[in-house]
Amino acid sequence: MESVGSIIMYLVIALSIIIFSVLTVTTRKILRSATFLLFTLFATAALYFKLDYEFLGAVQIAVYAGGIVVLFVFSILLTSHPGNNSERLVSKRRVLGLAAAVLTLAVTAYALLYRCGQALVELPEMSNPTMKEIGKALMGTGEYQYLLPFEAVSVLLLACIIGGVVVARKR
Amino acid sequence: MELTMIYYLVPSLIMFSCGVYGFITRKNMIAMLISLELMLNAVDINFVVFNRYLFPGEMEGMFFTLFAIAIAAAETALAIAIIINVFRAAKNINAAELTKMKH
Repeated sequence: MESVGSIIMYLVIALSIIIFSVLTVTTRKILRSATFLLFTLFATAALYFKLDYEFLGAVQIAVYAGGIVVLFVFSILLTSHPGNNSERLVSKRRVLGLAAAVLTLAVTAYALLYRCGQALVELPEMSNPTMKEIGKALMGTGEYQYLLPFEAVSVLLLACIIGGVVVARKR
Repeated sequence: MELTMIYYLVPSLIMFSCGVYGFITRKNMIAMLISLELMLNAVDINFVVFNRYLFPGEMEGMFFTLFAIAIAAAETALAIAIIINVFRAAKNINAAELTKMKH
């Protein structure tokens, strides 16, 4: 049985995820859209904290809220006038988008509710992964250890830095 | 009330559908990118929830999410570099009006 505080926390997080992600794609002003994306990402970080993954929540806040959203706002201000309404959507595309979204929602909700009925387990006990465990798993070469993907990501980031400079520089 | 897995999967599902809707209907390339971030984020939530509920004590889902976040950051940075370059060349970033390379 969950405590009342836990359920209230869950409700706040779930409602803010739903409301802010709907607002992100329906609002007319693109700067507001980026702001609502920021709130959605914060709610996701709160969800990670609630599920006992503190490190992941911290990474989510640092990388997404601190890096990606700032990049979005920066590029929005560079490429459009702030306060500019995005142009009215063509009705055909809105219908198409709604159809695709509702179809995704319906199929996946059906699969979730009727096919994964036996997978609905209650929250098992877990000790939070400590920084020591995470660091050992990230830096080891053995089974269930992740040195190779870590290095691959570092090469990817280097390629991304070089690519970003090459693409965006003035000729 | 017991908070089972489905209580976490449903908000993530709604978030993903919002991403699909936004990706199709938005015209501005940055807005499309924002919708893409929503979809990626929903997938990350799924990884974490499945790891937490089905395999507690192991860290595979967590690490997958960690690497997905890193790759999403790289992808966004590169996409924004491309968008800024497109804006410099064509003076707008409406996906429907960028037809210069078509013919």
